[in-house]
Amino acid sequence: MISLTGITKIYTVGTQRVAALNGVDLEIEDGEFLSIMGPSGSGKSTLMNIIGCLDRQTDGEYILDGLNVRRLVDNQLATLRNRRLGFVFQSFNLLPRMSAIDQVALPLLYRGATNRKRAAAAALNLVGLADRMDHRPTQLSGGQQQRVAIARSLVTRPAIILADEPTGALDSKTSMDVMAVFRSLNEELGITIAFVTHESIVANYTRRIVSLLDGKVVGDRPNVPSYERDGEKMENAPAGAATPAEAPS
Amino acid sequence: MTLADVLGTALASLRSNILRTLLTMLGIIIGIAAVITLTAASEGAQQGVGEQIRGLGSNLLFIRPGLEEADGIQLPGSGVNLFLEDSRAIEEANFEFIEAIAAQGTIGGPGDFIGAQAIYLGQNKSTMLLGTEPSYPFVRDFYVDNGRFLTEEDLTKKALVVVLGGDVADELFDTEDPIGKTMRISVGAGPISIGFNFTVIGVMERRGASANTSQDDVVIVPMPSLQARISLVRDARGRTNIDQINIKLKDRNKADQAKEEIGQLLMALHAVDSPDFRIQSQSDILDTATQVERSLQVLVVSIALISLIVGGVGIMNIMLVSVTERTREIGIRKAVGAKRTDILWQFLIESVVVTTMGGAIGVLVGVGATEIAERFQIGGDSQYVVTPLWVMLSFAVAAVTGLFAGVYPAWRASRLDPIEALRHE
Repeated sequence: MISLTGITKIYTVGTQRVAALNGVDLEIEDGEFLSIMGPSGSGKSTLMNIIGCLDRQTDGEYILDGLNVRRLVDNQLATLRNRRLGFVFQSFNLLPRMSAIDQVALPLLYRGATNRKRAAAAALNLVGLADRMDHRPTQLSGGQQQRVAIARSLVTRPAIILADEPTGALDSKTSMDVMAVFRSLNEELGITIAFVTHESIVANYTRRIVSLLDGKVVGDRPNVPSYERDGEKMENAPAGAATPAEAPS
Repeated sequence: MTLADVLGTALASLRSNILRTLLTMLGIIIGIAAVITLTAASEGAQQGVGEQIRGLGSNLLFIRPGLEEADGIQLPGSGVNLFLEDSRAIEEANFEFIEAIAAQGTIGGPGDFIGAQAIYLGQNKSTMLLGTEPSYPFVRDFYVDNGRFLTEEDLTKKALVVVLGGDVADELFDTEDPIGKTMRISVGAGPISIGFNFTVIGVMERRGASANTSQDDVVIVPMPSLQARISLVRDARGRTNIDQINIKLKDRNKADQAKEEIGQLLMALHAVDSPDFRIQSQSDILDTATQVERSLQVLVVSIALISLIVGGVGIMNIMLVSVTERTREIGIRKAVGAKRTDILWQFLIESVVVTTMGGAIGVLVGVGATEIAERFQIGGDSQYVVTPLWVMLSFAVAAVTGLFAGVYPAWRASRLDPIEALRHE
C-alpha cells in the first residue's frame, strides 16, 4: 500500500525554483490497476520517480508498505527498488548485447538470489516469450522487447509495477497486447499496476484514473476499463490514440 | 551480490564487447611483453658475462702488461713489458698462496693485427694461437676432452704438437677424429706469413660461446715451440715477451695479499716505481661487468615500466569513456536494484580482469618473443633468461595498474544519479 501526503518536488534551475510537484496527496491500495494521467509537464514522471524510489521528494511524506521512505538511505532505496518495485519504460531500457533471460534475471542478481535462471524463465513464460529466452534485444520486435521488460519488472514479485508510457513506442495492435499482459498480471497475480501516461486510450484501460496538472492532482475517479464496456470494439479503439511515431520492426 | 556474481557480471560485460576489451588490453599486453623480453635479454646478457668471467676459472689472478696511455692513445713500445722470466720469478718466489701458475702468449687474439690460421686439407679457419705450459688446464679449469694436453716433454722438445679448441676441431675435422692428424698453422699479417705442420694430440672440452668471443675458437701449442718457431719477441736483454700470466690461488680471500706481494716482486724485477703491468682478480673483472650490466638493467626496467604506465593510462581512458557510454546501462542496473557498491565493484573488477588477462597474454607473448629471438638468433648468440621474479612482478604491476586505473571511473559510475542515467541518450 502506498500513501503520499503533501508531496512537493522543487527543482532549482539556475536561480529559478520550479515546482514539478505541488502538494500531491495519493493513496494506492494493493492490487489496484490505475493510471496517472496528465499532459507533458504535469509532473507525472516526477511523481513516478518518487513512487519508484528513484528520486526523493523535497517535502511531504511517502509511506510504502508502512516504511517512511524519506528516512531511508541510498542503499535501502536500492533494496526497496529491487524487492518492492518494478519499472517498465517507454523505451524498454533493456541492456544491449544481453539475452532475454539474463535481462530478466538481472534484478535477482542484485538480490543475491539462487536459481535465477529458473525464475527468469518462469517470468518470460508468463509474458509469452518462452521461445525467445536466448534472443538479444536487437533480435526482438518492439512488443517482444517490452514484454522482456515486463518480465524483468515482475520477476521479483514486486508490490507495484510502475509503467511509464509503456505503449508509447508501440503500434496500436502491439499496444493492446502489451496492455493485456499488464491486465493479466494484475488480475491473476494481484500485482498493483500503475500506468503513467498522457494517452486517454491507455488510461481508459485501467480501473482508476488519477489526473495530474501543474503538479497537482486535479481529478481522481474510478473507471470501467474499456475491455469491459459493451459494444466497443477494442481492435478499432486505440487506432487514433496511440502515437504512430515509432513503428517497431 | 557474491564475488562470483560480480566476476560473472564483469566477464559477461567484457565478453559482450570483445573488440573494446582487446583494445583495452593491448597496452598492457605490450607493456608486460616488453618487460619480460627486455628483462630476459638483460638478465641473459648478465648471466652470459657472469658465466664467461666465472668460466675463466675460480680463484684466478691475471697479470697483463700495463699499457702506457696518453689521452687515451696507447704509446708505441708499451705493452711489451711482461716476460716469461717474470712468470719464472713468481714461481721461484714460492708464494704460499699460489696453487699453480701458467704463462701464455697469443697470436690472432681479439684486436691483434697478426692473424693465425688453422689449415687442414684445404679447410681454413682463422683462430687464436695460444702458446702455454702443461699447467694451463689446471689453472684455467679447462681440460682436454679427447686425447691429451701438452706435457713437459713437449715443451723441452719444442714439439710441433697442437691441442684444438672445440670450434676448430669441428670446423676442420667435422666427424673425423683429429687425433694424430697433421695440420698446418700459419701466422702472418697481410701477404707475409709463415706456417708449420703440427700434429694434433688432443681436443679441449667445450666452454661455450659468450658475448663476441668463443673460448672454443683456439689452438694450443707448447710455449717454447711458439717462441722458437714462430714468434714471441725477445727484447734486448733476451727476455721473452708474453701476454699474460695466469695464477691460480689456493684461497680466493688471499687475492688482495697476492696482488700486493706479486706486484712488489714484479716492480722490483722491472726496476720501476709504479706498476707497468696490471694484476686483476676474477672478482675485479666480474665487478666491473656487473656494474655495467646493472646500469643497463635499470635503463631497461625503466623503459619497461614506462610502457606499463602508458598501458595503465590507456585503460583508465577507455574505462572513463566506457562509463559515459554505458550511463544508461548503469541507470537500468540501478533502477532494478543495484547498489552503489555493486556498480563500483562491477567496473573495478572489469578493469582488474582486463589488466590481469592482458598481463597473462603479455607474459605469453613476452616468453614467446624470447623463445623466437633465441631460436632465430636475433641479437647474435645472446642468451635470454626469463626470470620468474620479473614475470610475477610485471603481472602484479599490471593488476595494480588495473586497480588504480579502474578506481576513478568506477567511482564516477557508482555516483551516477539513476534518473539522469536513465534519461541519458
